[in-house]
Order: sequence, then C-alpha cells, then structure tokens
Amino acid sequence: MDIFNYSFMVNAFIVGVLIAVCCALLGVVLVLKRYSMIGDGLSHVGFGALSIAAVLNLSTPLYVALPVVVVAAYLLLRITEKGRVNADAAIALISSSALSIGVFVASINGTNIDLQQYMFGSILGVSETDIVISAVLTLLVLFVFVLFYNKIFAVTFDEGFAKATGIRTPIYNIAVSILTAVTVVVGMRMLGTLLISALIIFPSLTSMRICKRFKTVVILSVIISVLCVIAGLFTSYYFENIPVGATIVIYNLAIFLVFTVLSLILKTVKKK
Amino acid sequence: MPLLKVQNLSLGYEGKRIVEDISFTVNSGDFVSIIGENGTGKTTLVRGILGLIGKLSGSIELSEGVSQSHIGYLSQKNSVSNDFPASVLEIVMSGFLNSKRFGLFYTKEQKKEAASLMERVGITKLKNAAFSELSGGQQQRVLLARALCAAKKLILLDEPATGLDPIATADFYSLLTELNKEGVTVIMVSHDVTGAMRLSSHILYLGKDTNFFGTTHQYLHSNIGKGLMLEGCPCDRCTHNTKEAR
Repeated sequence: MDIFNYSFMVNAFIVGVLIAVCCALLGVVLVLKRYSMIGDGLSHVGFGALSIAAVLNLSTPLYVALPVVVVAAYLLLRITEKGRVNADAAIALISSSALSIGVFVASINGTNIDLQQYMFGSILGVSETDIVISAVLTLLVLFVFVLFYNKIFAVTFDEGFAKATGIRTPIYNIAVSILTAVTVVVGMRMLGTLLISALIIFPSLTSMRICKRFKTVVILSVIISVLCVIAGLFTSYYFENIPVGATIVIYNLAIFLVFTVLSLILKTVKKK
Repeated sequence: MPLLKVQNLSLGYEGKRIVEDISFTVNSGDFVSIIGENGTGKTTLVRGILGLIGKLSGSIELSEGVSQSHIGYLSQKNSVSNDFPASVLEIVMSGFLNSKRFGLFYTKEQKKEAASLMERVGITKLKNAAFSELSGGQQQRVLLARALCAAKKLILLDEPATGLDPIATADFYSLLTELNKEGVTVIMVSHDVTGAMRLSSHILYLGKDTNFFGTTHQYLHSNIGKGLMLEGCPCDRCTHNTKEAR
C-alpha cells in the first residue's frame, strides 16, 4: 500500500493507534467515574499551553504543555472530587478561559501558529518525539491497567468500599488523571483540541451499550477506538482535504449509533 | 475477648464534633444495631470505625488478627451507581482486594470461596448476570457477598434495607440472622427500629443529647427505648406490653 511509503503517514499510524489504546482504557474509568468533562477541560488547557509555548518560540512546545496540563489535571480532579455544587461550571470556566487565552495569544502579530491545525488536528503535526512519548505512555498505561486491573475496577465501581478495604484510592485517581493529561497533550495535535475528548468518551459509551461486564467493556473499547483511528486515517488519506480528527469522531459516532440500535433490538428480543 | 472496643470516641469534620464521647464493646457473635435520629452521626461513626476519617479523641481497638481493612463493609446503597457495567462475579470478587497485592487474576482458593459465599447468600444463579439488571434486594445480596469476601468475622452495614420493599427486607434480614448464627459478627446502622429490635442482641442508640449502649432487652426497658418502641418488647420473659401500658 502506497500509504505507508510516506513516513509522516507511518508516524501518524503509530501515534494514532497508541493514543487510541490509551484513550479507550482511561476513558472507561473517566466515564464511569463521571469525570468525562476532565478530558475536555484538559484539551483546552493543553491548547492554551501550546499556543503560549509557540509564541515564546520554544523548540519543543510539549515541554511546556505537558507540565501545565498535568497540574491542571490534578486541579480539575480535586474540584470534581470535592463534589462542590459548581464543579461542572468550574471545569467549563477553566476550559473556556484556557481556550480564549490560547486564541488570544495565537492572534498576536508576528506569530505563525496555525489555529486551524490546533483546533482540528493534523497528521502532519506528528513528530518523532511524539512517537517516543506515546510509546512510553502506552506502555505505562498498559502496565498500570494490567498490574492493577482489579484495584482499578474496585475504585471505579465503589470508591467508599475500596477505601474501607484499605486501597489508597487517591493514588489511583491521581494516576488516572496524570495519564489522561499526557494522553490529551500528545493526542490533541493530531486529533485536535476540540475532538480529542470524543476519543476518550465515545469508545467506552459505545461498548457500554452492549457489554454488561467491566472486562468486556474495557476490551471492546480498545478495539473500537483503534479501528476508528485506523479507518479515519485511511479515509483522510484517500479523500484529500478531509481532516483526520473529524473523520475519526464521525466513525465513532457511527459505531455508537449502530450499537445503540443493536442494544434496543437486543432488549426487545429479551423481553419476548 | 472483645472484637471491637470503642472508648470515649469523638469524631467530626473540620473541628465540628458530630459523634461525641461514645463507648461500646462488640464481642464475637454479637448483632449490634446502631439507631438514632438523622444527623446524630451514625454514618460518621461507621466511617470512623472503618478508618475512613480520623478520630478527634478516644480510641478504637480491634482484637488481634483483625485490622480495619478486614471489616466487611456494605455502604449506603446510593454509593454504587446503578448503570455500572459489571457482572455479579466481578463485584463479589473485588471484595478480596485487601488480601491481595496486585495482578490480573484471583487465586483458586479465592474463586472457591467466592462461589461458596455466593451460594450462601443465594446468588449463585446470578453469577454472570449484569449488576444493573438486578432487583434492589438482589443487588444488596451481591454487595453483602462482596463484604463477606473482605471479612468473614465482622461486617458493618450502613442502612442496608433502605430502598428495599418489605419482602426483600424480610429476606435480607433473615439472611443476616443466619449469618450471625453461623458466627459472623454484625454491626448495622438502621432506621428500621422494629427490625433492629427483632434482629439484634445489642443496641447502640445515638441521640442528640444522650447515647445508650446495652443489650436489646436493657434498651427496651430504658427510658429512651420506651419512647422509640413501636411494638411490645419481644423478649419472652416480659409480660408487659407497651402499647397497653400507654
């Protein structure tokens, strides 16, 4: 296939698949813990941080964006955890503020930031550094999920019980939000600020239509997520001018709709 | 040998005392019900015993071989979300986490034990069912089996009958009685005073100004108990009936 003759396409495939795996795994936990908004908030903070880094003409904007987003992840988690009345409003404020700062900074004269690319992503935005970071990240996420699978289940299902049986739940929450932060920063430049959170939320919601077990939800989410990214990359390659991020989200949406219809059919069949 | 000894315990959040100066002792095989009006700190006391919140003063002593993480805990029902995708088996097995460090799999012994506990609470048939599709009573049984996986000696239940219909409540209570007869020590927070009187050997009453701890019989004859009593004293020795006495 000539698609793999281009090194930038190969890079995009590697990073895309790796990010898809991370998004799906973390997404299951985030969605079930009602933390879906955190992914969205983080991508906006990431956008702000990347814009500022670009204005400052730093060679590797990731080095600014990563720490900023990790700190933001911790703060967002604390806001959500405390269960304050306005937790969702606070997250919305942080996201829109960060986004505005990013747009503002990017529009200052003399910068050559491509807003379009940051918002909606681009395959060309994938660098060798991204491959290394996403590979390390994926290994870390897989390592955490395999080694602590049962504890992650317990903390996600019932934090109070998990705490009572002696699991140090804050560590798991912080680990998940930090890994999410890194995933978002690495993934957003390919998929776009506005679309990366979809990759976190869609696969797990889709698999929950059909699967009633935690293990199958996790596995199916990963499969759906990876397939959508691969399909999106092929589509945007063969039909020029189609942005890859949006295509991937549309594939996710399509599968979600199919699964929703399927679950409705299954329900009616069961009732009979 | 007391299993749990609480002495002059005070608990609270951010300097505000909610539970003040409570002392009681739970012996192996007891069935203790914690009753009292809303806001008197019943759930706070449970959280204190479990070590989820720090104590302001006093002491909580557990007998040797029992640590705070070895108390089976059944929380108030609303702490578990109803649409969570999980099978009954997955949930029951998660009770073993205090005894296992990490890994993807549980041991053979744990699987056997889980199977026998599920048999005991009558959910073996539901093993592979989705938790979200069970009835309220069935869900409580699943969570009870999970609590028993975490601890065989002592279980702590926080309003387990809330939201259950009368039949499911009666079923659940008879299951608790059976377990108690088999040697499981039970501490239960309850708003169902009548049920608590029937089930328990001891009563811990938390009031706004006064607390009480003693056997159910002592409680029913105390001034506090008389006021709360809805039916006659269930003990055989008594001949009086409070309804008529009133």
